[in-house]
Amino acid sequence: MSSPRTISFDIFRYDPQDPNDKPKMVTYEITEAPGMTVFIALNLLREQQDPSLQFDFVCRAGICGSCAMVINGKPTLACRTLTANFPDGKIKLMPLPGFELIGDLSVNTGKFMRELAERLQLWLQPDSNDIDIHRLENPMDPAEAAKLYELERCVECGVCVSACATKQMKDTFVGAVGMMKIARFEMDSRDTRTAEDFYHVIGNQDGVFGCMTLLGCQDACPKDLPHMQQIAYLRRKMAQTIVSC
Amino acid sequence: MKIIYTDSLVVGAGLAGLRVAIASKERGLDTVVLSLIPAKRSHSAAAQGGMQASLGNTVKGMGDDEDVHFQDTVKGSDWGCDQDVARMFAHCAPKAVRELANWGVPWSRITAGDRQVVVNAEKVTITEAEKAHGLINARDFGGTKKWRTCYTADGTGHSLLYAVDNKAIEMDIPVHERIEALSLIHDGKRCHGVIARCLITGELRAYIGKATTIATGGYGRIYEVSTNAIICEGIGQALALDTGVAALGNMEAVQFHPTAIVPVGILTTEGCRGDGGLLRDKDGHRFMPDYEPEKKELASRDVVSRRMTEHMRKGKGVDSPYGPHLWLDITLLGRKHVETNLREVKEICENFLGIDPAKDWIPVRPTQHYSMGGIRINATGESPQLAGLFSVGEAACWDMHGFNRLGGNSLAETVVGGMIIGKYVADFCEKNTLEINTQVIDDTMSKLQGEIDELLVGEGTENVFDIKLAMQRIMMDYVGIFRNGPELEKAVSELKDLLKRSKNIGLKCKKRHANPELVEALRVPRMLRVALTVACGANARTESRGAHAREDYPQRNDKEWLNRTLSTWPDENALEPELHYEQLDVMKMELPPGYRGYGNDNAVAHPDTAAREAQIADILAKLGDDADRFDKQAAIMPFELPETLRPRNERLSDTSLVSGEK
Repeated sequence: MSSPRTISFDIFRYDPQDPNDKPKMVTYEITEAPGMTVFIALNLLREQQDPSLQFDFVCRAGICGSCAMVINGKPTLACRTLTANFPDGKIKLMPLPGFELIGDLSVNTGKFMRELAERLQLWLQPDSNDIDIHRLENPMDPAEAAKLYELERCVECGVCVSACATKQMKDTFVGAVGMMKIARFEMDSRDTRTAEDFYHVIGNQDGVFGCMTLLGCQDACPKDLPHMQQIAYLRRKMAQTIVSC
Repeated sequence: MKIIYTDSLVVGAGLAGLRVAIASKERGLDTVVLSLIPAKRSHSAAAQGGMQASLGNTVKGMGDDEDVHFQDTVKGSDWGCDQDVARMFAHCAPKAVRELANWGVPWSRITAGDRQVVVNAEKVTITEAEKAHGLINARDFGGTKKWRTCYTADGTGHSLLYAVDNKAIEMDIPVHERIEALSLIHDGKRCHGVIARCLITGELRAYIGKATTIATGGYGRIYEVSTNAIICEGIGQALALDTGVAALGNMEAVQFHPTAIVPVGILTTEGCRGDGGLLRDKDGHRFMPDYEPEKKELASRDVVSRRMTEHMRKGKGVDSPYGPHLWLDITLLGRKHVETNLREVKEICENFLGIDPAKDWIPVRPTQHYSMGGIRINATGESPQLAGLFSVGEAACWDMHGFNRLGGNSLAETVVGGMIIGKYVADFCEKNTLEINTQVIDDTMSKLQGEIDELLVGEGTENVFDIKLAMQRIMMDYVGIFRNGPELEKAVSELKDLLKRSKNIGLKCKKRHANPELVEALRVPRMLRVALTVACGANARTESRGAHAREDYPQRNDKEWLNRTLSTWPDENALEPELHYEQLDVMKMELPPGYRGYGNDNAVAHPDTAAREAQIADILAKLGDDADRFDKQAAIMPFELPETLRPRNERLSDTSLVSGEK
């Protein structure tokens, strides 16, 4: 086996709470190990070289969405990015744009997603909340259940938001994450909201008609969600709503 | 000092915490949830395989009910559980599944007619009833008699967490994110809330509640390799322990999951084996039938993990730079199955191993997975020592898992426990007023402030990251899957040294706000105290029960050890906890101790077992032939539940729907 190589990390550093601090890039070097991910490398850097380095990880397994950052220009999940994927051994890390910066690579996606959920009312709105939990459940078409789960796989990592040119120009745009969730509830037979109800929320320039269809969301989504299909589906639905009015 | 007052304060925004918060808010109580992270990122999201509930919809679940689920749970616990709690739980699990369907969980559904499944490495066809079409499906899991694990593909935890958090958002329940609770405010008798630190600004705040519920998950990260999210560090348990009053229960009961990938310890779900996946050794030989001819790969997790370790010790493991491992083979399930029902597994294999599990075997080995121990609470969720302190989910020792938890019962515990305990928390808030001397808040705040000041201005020389890693390695090497006296002694002694050293931590980063090194420095001594409760409890327990396996004491000793370990830390300067024991009363058990049906049957009987069996036979004889299963159960072991949760669960077999089933 050849000797392990040294890789370099060029990392964005800025503490917005320190009035004397200025944004800068700082370079760190580390010896690569087999199977090393950006998660492993960042933790080693913090433990061995700079304990002030800020970044977020929770599950480290690609399922919680907390570690999204821009790696060599592409927004993605750091926990499942293998350092071996970069042949020249140079890795540049930036925080996700489009979110409030907490410090270094850490951004406040949680605050953004909660506000979005409140604004778009992203929860199931059934006919009645008064369903008897002691009785047999209502049946659901197995294909519908499978399809709903397909759309529900979003982990709120924020990658689609940071990969979206429309969102970068227009802060009020709901982004692919908002539309995917609307589509999920629109398709749920248990949800009583109609296309007209959803039209009031996303039938405008902040919603489906603002999307420039550059599809950064679909290209970058770490869960391979069918954003393109859902946005097109919602557009058709919303357009039909106008025609039928 | 900022003081925030509420009725129901919940620490932890995973499924269990959110479910308690919802129960509080439903009663109109002011409710605040604290969380290290956004709620939807909680470790609950990682539960892939599903949750157990005896719906009995699928043909392989026919005949299932609360009784069977209860028995599986008690056997799984190796008779270490609280049988009242197991009853409460089994009774409410179907209700929780149906409630979650109403809140948005799509649950995988049954398609009527024939379908092919893999059972014991062979393809068989099962036929689902017409009348079951569209009802909630269930898959097979280890240690259960029926197919009972309800699931949403292999993202059940994700699906549940999103539905429950959405419900919490709908109900306008505030979740204070990036806030870490570090001290409980209490007066030795009653808990009043917590002092918490904002991880962004460093601000310390007091949160005062009538009831305080700890729902912070398990303590897996005291081990070096764990399937747990990296936030599962046992700080919730430490909060209770550091009161010196509240006890932790059964901390030595730590479960290892058989199939985490090598080297990083990310889990591949038990659904892999439930759906028909096999374990193979370096020769490709399927070895589990040699050890467990009846249950094979689907014996209880503790049994499978130990058999794997035994097999590797015989030299049958596959050598790797990270030590030996075995193979998990799911190739026989077919690509379609892997890409739909086991897609998370497929993604993990692709991203972390660079393999395709539909054609390649997956390198796996047993890895720390679940904390059966936790804050000791009674059946209503409250600490017996500290009124107003509640706990729920993996953070707690409720105690329905005893010494080993069945797959599918952890996710179930979060929502079922949250549903039941949430009602008791709300009751407590309605019956009690806030009574607090603000001096108690000031004192707790000053103490924590002092701890932080000392770390920031002190001249300590110890590196916090080094101490943490040393602790994690000690736990891995000496308090692992097989345990013995000399190694446990060594663990206790080395952990004590680390605890001493941790009083001399020095920081390089001196920032008072957003300082990851300070966060570690506050956590590590707390984690060490938790680790010591595990190591000391394990050392003292000279028997093998469930996941706690002693090489030097291989028997399950009901005669001497049918009890629960209680750990407290009354002297804050001490280097180890005080251990006490709480006896389990065989004469009150519905199911007296017996053989689990897998693993070795080598138990030393409890003297009361025969007496209780005779008593139960007598009760049943007196009831007569007209008694149904509910009458029998109530006569043997009556149990309490909040009024609204008492109604019986309807099943397909109870309705006229099943007549005409093919």
